[in-house]
Amino acid sequence: MQSKVSSVQKPAAPSLKGFEWRNYIVYFAFVGVLIYFSISLSDEGFLTSANLLNIVRQTATISLMALAMTFVISTGEIDLSVGSIAALSSLVGALAIQAGYGIIGGLIGGVGTGLVVGLINGLLVTKVAIPSFLVTLGTMGAVKGAAMWVTDTAPVPIVDANFNFIFGSGDIGPIPVLLIWTLVFTVIAHILLRKTSFGRQVLATGGNESAARFSGVKTMKIKLMVFLATGLMAGLAGLLYAGRMNAGRFSFGEGDELSVIAAVILGGTSLFGGVGTIIGTIVGSLMIGTINNGLIIMGLDVSQQMIIKGVIIILAVAFGKKAMKR
Amino acid sequence: MEQPILEMRGINKAFNGITVLNDVHFSVKKGEVHALMGGNGAGKSTLMKILTGVYTADSGEILIEGQPVTIKSYDEAQKNNISMIFQEFSLIPTLTVAQNIYLTREKKTSIGLLDDKDCEKKTEKLLEELGVDIRPNDLVHNLGVGYWQMTEIAKALSQEAKILIMDEPTSSLTKNETEVLFSFINKLKAKGYSIIYISHRMDEIFEICDRITIMRDGRYVTTEKCSETDLDTVISHIVGMQFDQAFEWKERTYALDVPPIFEVRNLSAEHVQDINLKIQPGEIVGIAGLMGSGRTELLRNLFGIDPIKSGDIYINGQKHSIKNPKNAIEAGLALIPEDRRMQGLVLEHSVKDNMTLPILSKVKKGAFIDSKKSNEISKEFVRKLNIKTDNIFKKAGLLSGGNQQKIVLAKWLANDPTVLMLDEPTIGVDIGAKTEIVEIIRAMAENGKAILVVSSELPELLALSDRVIIMHDGKIKKEMTRREIKSEEELQYAIQGF
Ligand SMILES: Nc1ncnc2c1ncn2[C@@H]1O[C@H](COP(=O)(O)OP(=O)(O)OP(=O)(O)O)[C@@H](O)[C@H]1O
Ligand SMILES: [Mg+2]
Repeated sequence: MQSKVSSVQKPAAPSLKGFEWRNYIVYFAFVGVLIYFSISLSDEGFLTSANLLNIVRQTATISLMALAMTFVISTGEIDLSVGSIAALSSLVGALAIQAGYGIIGGLIGGVGTGLVVGLINGLLVTKVAIPSFLVTLGTMGAVKGAAMWVTDTAPVPIVDANFNFIFGSGDIGPIPVLLIWTLVFTVIAHILLRKTSFGRQVLATGGNESAARFSGVKTMKIKLMVFLATGLMAGLAGLLYAGRMNAGRFSFGEGDELSVIAAVILGGTSLFGGVGTIIGTIVGSLMIGTINNGLIIMGLDVSQQMIIKGVIIILAVAFGKKAMKR
Repeated sequence: MEQPILEMRGINKAFNGITVLNDVHFSVKKGEVHALMGGNGAGKSTLMKILTGVYTADSGEILIEGQPVTIKSYDEAQKNNISMIFQEFSLIPTLTVAQNIYLTREKKTSIGLLDDKDCEKKTEKLLEELGVDIRPNDLVHNLGVGYWQMTEIAKALSQEAKILIMDEPTSSLTKNETEVLFSFINKLKAKGYSIIYISHRMDEIFEICDRITIMRDGRYVTTEKCSETDLDTVISHIVGMQFDQAFEWKERTYALDVPPIFEVRNLSAEHVQDINLKIQPGEIVGIAGLMGSGRTELLRNLFGIDPIKSGDIYINGQKHSIKNPKNAIEAGLALIPEDRRMQGLVLEHSVKDNMTLPILSKVKKGAFIDSKKSNEISKEFVRKLNIKTDNIFKKAGLLSGGNQQKIVLAKWLANDPTVLMLDEPTIGVDIGAKTEIVEIIRAMAENGKAILVVSSELPELLALSDRVIIMHDGKIKKEMTRREIKSEEELQYAIQGF
């Protein structure tokens, strides 16, 4: 008997059309956006190194949250509460510092807040089996409410210069600390997703949950972990807001869920789960940051920026879906 | 006598007080392919789910190589070297073959990261050994269905499985793929693996299996050697009585002097070209052809699922432009799709709700659904198609595979269409129900409907059709009246393009 299987429909050659195009679209788009702003805003100094570094600073918070969101979306879930977590964390961190617990105290307060909310999200999704969209829509509101309530909407100033340096405005040589934060976590997230069994199981869970379970993946545990991850990173993002602005404030992170999800989807992570890319996410995030920055320089206000971001998300998902269908 | 590798003794199982398995015995030897047969709802899948720890038996014991074991989860089944080859649901499409095979069992490098190289090497070796021509880093998503199964089998073998369970493995495979799977199964057998093979296709069973165990209504009937039994005996065991050959063609008459009830003129679309077709009222037309010859695509075009490029469709002499299935239904068309479980059923809804979904407008009383009438219709079809269910309010998802198929059939038959199109109407359906379905299709034709059937099972096609159209590469290549076809072989030749 002939032993090689050959008469059967061959595995289709890895489709160049769909997947590759989808994977690289964000890079082309990013370059396009850069070129567009460089030309149209050349008089306003868009392309100066000062402004570019500024973009990196402003984008750090979005980037950190988007890194974690990549994991959540890769499991086929979503977390809408990140912006609200950032707000509450900035306040808890600031209050801890004000109360004299120092930088470590602020760090534990801010990150701890994020982890607690992440835990609640994760438990509600996994144990009570409520869809993550609804769970995090709920916590988005509740946590935001809590952030407004702790100080009765008053900002909490942070006078600790070291904190403000490490978590915000500091530069080491020419390099902003916020860039370092971004780089470090990008590397960690990339290795986590691509090279560890945790990452593999995240992708498996999103690719086909029941199959993953049959293969021995503890899908519930994985989901719980990814919500802890967004909680953690949103908490840290809150501290970065606080460090950059030298205060905790309830309005930080407002609307960030939109930017964060847009960054992840633009980057090529599938909203349907199973496909995720950290490099794509970080480029997507830089692109969102660049657009934000460019729109501000152009003189558009927040409402107009939100419209544009909303449109970008829908376009990104529509493109991704087309490409998926091949 | 040689000790069986697997023995199940006195297995009992009831769901909500309804007995599904009653004192079932089953035993498999090392290195044999053992068929498990029985009508829809006989309890085959349930027995295998007990073996793989999905359900626990109410009583009875399982012995592996003579040792009693308890199997409470799929994990424990695997520890006892038992693996289920799921049809397509247990692989992760977005991962590669190697990543799938070693998921959660990856080797780690010294610093705890995944060693994908090692995975790929082991997979390559495994695939090489099994003679499967795919690459370890192919995305599963890009593989044909046949390869999914082989990947699954490779995965099972990498976990030291010795007993493989295949529940209707060929139902989504082409003829070629089936052949490849069979030669693969033979190789496994030679290597000493045992395979439990569930299928309703008799020819397959006799081709590949060594022994057959037959179940009926949740009871063990008999176990026979394939070489010492024959088709009729097996069928009579499955059906439980002497079986009358319904798979015989009955010469039928229908009016030729009236205008055709259904006509297609010069239809072209992505996968079909230049289709011309006329069906008289009361006529049954069969479409034969190889996989990929455009049969299913043609039905999808006619039903408005996929767009047509040019051509016209006439029903009762009237031209209809069909842009979507809703237009098609309104024009009096019905399509019973091939992939019924996926396309045709809401698993979470009751048998009744599924059946009456397309006919809601017919069972309405004012603004409300007339539940008495819809109950009656549902009960009638449950009886007609012999659907095995406790009652019409049971969730469709809890029925056996074949009974789910029948619900979808009922759903469209209840709609009473002018033109009924069926794609592989008896796939996954047991021999008893097959004949009933054939009878129902004939009865619909007697009522003056036009019937268009696609089937790969030639005996069925020959039993049903008044005329057979043979498709090849998207075109109608040949047309034969049933009378012209002398034998199944002749039709087979025509299909192969001789
Ligand atoms: N979880 C469940 N709850 C209630 N009834 C069930 C459940 N699972 C199976 N049944 C019933 O048990 C009977 C046997 O089903 P099973 O799936 O074992 O049949 P089968 O022999 O595999 O049939 P088929 O050839 O149609 O696949 C059916 O009547 C089915 O409705
Ligand atoms: Mg079954």
